Amino acid sequence: MKSIAELQAIRDKARAQIAVREGMHDGTRVVVGMATCGIAAGARPVLNAFVDEIGKRHLGHVAVVQTGCIGMCQFEPIVEVIAPGKDKVTYGKVTPEMVAKIVTDHLVNGNPVAEYTVANLMK
Amino acid sequence: MRELSLNVLDIAQNSLAAGATLVTLEVQETDGWLTLIIADNGRGMTAEQLERIRDPFYTTRTTRRVGMGIPLFRMAATMAGGSLAVESTLGSGTTVTATFRLDHIDRMPLGDMVGTVTALIRLNPSVDFCYRHTVEAQSFTLDTRVLREVLGEVPLSEPDVMAWITANLEEGIRDLGSNA
Repeated sequence: MKSIAELQAIRDKARAQIAVREGMHDGTRVVVGMATCGIAAGARPVLNAFVDEIGKRHLGHVAVVQTGCIGMCQFEPIVEVIAPGKDKVTYGKVTPEMVAKIVTDHLVNGNPVAEYTVANLMK
Repeated sequence: MRELSLNVLDIAQNSLAAGATLVTLEVQETDGWLTLIIADNGRGMTAEQLERIRDPFYTTRTTRRVGMGIPLFRMAATMAGGSLAVESTLGSGTTVTATFRLDHIDRMPLGDMVGTVTALIRLNPSVDFCYRHTVEAQSFTLDTRVLREVLGEVPLSEPDVMAWITANLEEGIRDLGSNA
């Protein structure tokens, strides 16, 4: 039974941890397309997979945000990764199964996954 | 869209684009009808815009020339013996109400409303969401305003908080005995 008392306990525990994590966000953003085209193509599970994976690996510097239609609806679900000082990378036809590799190779190790990009899909 | 929860997610995006700070999502299963209501306090529409949103070729976005969200939702409702109505007041907000016969053979399943609500909360940390699900006389509500009061400065996006919200929603909806 989920109770308010539990929520209060979570709050108290989080307060201790937040002070440590503040200032970790460096501007790296994972932008998930959530317009009608994206949602219909399956963006919601992709969003959840990113949030879960990033949470699991405690990547405090990354923010997951949404965007509207990018204008390339045939490649939805689309995920853009924007890291400070680097070119934007646009992944297309993303599935939840592809997310772990993107998080590991790109977000953690800084190597974009070329085969998943829209540029590669357009070849 | 294979389930109605995705249509609700889609329509809620319009509310957010209109600058809403409070979005209310209602699911009602009463007397053989399923009613979905998405209400917001965003900037609203003029009478002229309200008429034009039925048209799949009308949209305020600039990247494409189609706006399929409302037409698709209306189609889902009419296919299930129901209808869709949009009310709006410029400067106050907009309410989209869609009805479906619960036992209609062509009614899409409601699907994962927990997924829709949690996605909305995660992506819009400064917007409040009130989710109310009613099955006949019983109701379950999740209101982020109430949660924020408990949490103080701890954000809703905190992983343990989102896990609590997810479990709370799942449990609450399951206890209602939803038929959608």
